[in-house]
Amino acid sequence: MATVSTNEFKNGLKFLMDGQPCTIVDNTIVQPGKGQAFNRVKYRNLMTGRVLEKTFKSGEKVEAADVMDTELQYLYTDGEFWHFMDAESFEQYQAPESAVADVAKWLIEQDMCVVTLFNGQPISVIPPKQVTLEIVETDPGLKGDTAGTGGKPATLSTGAVVQVPLFVQIGEKVIVNTEKGEYVSRAK
Amino acid sequence: MMNDFSTVSKTSDRRLQLEKRSQFLQRLRAFFYQRQVLEVDTPMLSQGATPDVHLRSLSSWLQVPGERERQEYFWHTSPEYPMKRLLCEGSGDIFYLGKVFRDGDLSPRHQIEFTMLEWYRVGFSLQELIDEVLELINQLLPKPRSVQQLSYRQAFAEFAGVEDIFRANAEQCRTCLQLNKVPEIVGVDEDDKPLWEQLILTEVIEPQLGQGVITVLKDFPARDAALALIDPQNPEVAERFEVFVDAMELANGYHELADAGLYRQRFEESLAQRSQLGLPPVPLDEKLLQTLTEKSLPDCCGVALGVDRLLMLQQGERQIEAVIPFGVQQA
Repeated sequence: MATVSTNEFKNGLKFLMDGQPCTIVDNTIVQPGKGQAFNRVKYRNLMTGRVLEKTFKSGEKVEAADVMDTELQYLYTDGEFWHFMDAESFEQYQAPESAVADVAKWLIEQDMCVVTLFNGQPISVIPPKQVTLEIVETDPGLKGDTAGTGGKPATLSTGAVVQVPLFVQIGEKVIVNTEKGEYVSRAK
Repeated sequence: MMNDFSTVSKTSDRRLQLEKRSQFLQRLRAFFYQRQVLEVDTPMLSQGATPDVHLRSLSSWLQVPGERERQEYFWHTSPEYPMKRLLCEGSGDIFYLGKVFRDGDLSPRHQIEFTMLEWYRVGFSLQELIDEVLELINQLLPKPRSVQQLSYRQAFAEFAGVEDIFRANAEQCRTCLQLNKVPEIVGVDEDDKPLWEQLILTEVIEPQLGQGVITVLKDFPARDAALALIDPQNPEVAERFEVFVDAMELANGYHELADAGLYRQRFEESLAQRSQLGLPPVPLDEKLLQTLTEKSLPDCCGVALGVDRLLMLQQGERQIEAVIPFGVQQA
């Protein structure tokens, strides 16, 4: 197994800690004028999303993790797995619920997503930054209220619920920011 | 003629940053000119390097006429050795203000190439030098601060709850780290007491030093003497101090070792440590050792101060890159 020395630590580096893939989110070198150097490291466990801290004596090695981000097309879900495909090689991948838990409501068939693979298996999915979805359920708003000062909850075709302006109606398509889960505008 | 910066309009943030730095360097120099301390620009390249295991010298291969092979020269990590040669030759009080190089050191408060102020005072006691360092720092901070002076031992008692760090064992040090909720440490032997002790200092104590005050840490263990004298009253400690402001180490000073034999002995010890750790050997500064033998170093105290860090504190910046023209990765 390939190893990585603390000298190579930088944000975004993927490594294994207790068998789990992790990514470095902050690496600070502690270098006393006269003393041993250390790396103060904050890292995210890619399976659980938790951010943890450890301090490594400089020169220590960790195991490299076979983790890569790849752009895949979302195909469909069978309820148990979410299926993705490499648009060039046509290779298919199935992501378990744990990998899509937070984002399943933004997945639209045919959309390109960034899928993180660990040893070739999807462990997390980032949907497109903006998606267009149809409103299937919302209170009828007041006609003529176009100021957009108020808001109301609306259920979208994937089951996601977002706050939308009062003037937006059932059947209309809206653009939603998937990072914040916020309404952006009506789709044209 | 000196520029009157006050009349320069704020043409840009960049211009302003450069002006602040330039003014800052002028004020440092003025401080020493006023005290008749002579500026010396000692060479940055030398045939000898520091053997200190924690410092990595950069080197260049020079084409010297008359020599068939290129000669390896080392970029100084501090101007200490040539300055001490000048002191031996009777230079009197001197200061260096300029660049030094330490390979691999890069963080919000480190640059591989950075600006150091180092000065030596002949006949000063360590406390007299400490007082001068404090005066300089207080002149340059936005507001003068009160001073807290404490010994290494007191710092461990007060800030880490270790009653006597000189008698504590490795296990007690590890317990202290746990009690202070320090994240797990990877790669340190269970019984490596000096290293666990260092971690208490950097992870528990230092973050609390210099908060609203200037902290002077004194009486380091003799083991960390480097080129400082051992206290004749107490052989457990070295005549060495460090200064902290806002949890950041700013300066490191010694009552300087003078005995040429002890220099060679401490250098050889460092070389032995290097080989133990699998680090490459470095040529010692034989010219320094020779001068120390022939002319002897006058009784003096010396200190090195991180100029970029003091400027960060003056400007309220958290990143060293905010106070220098270009960081190494932008150079």
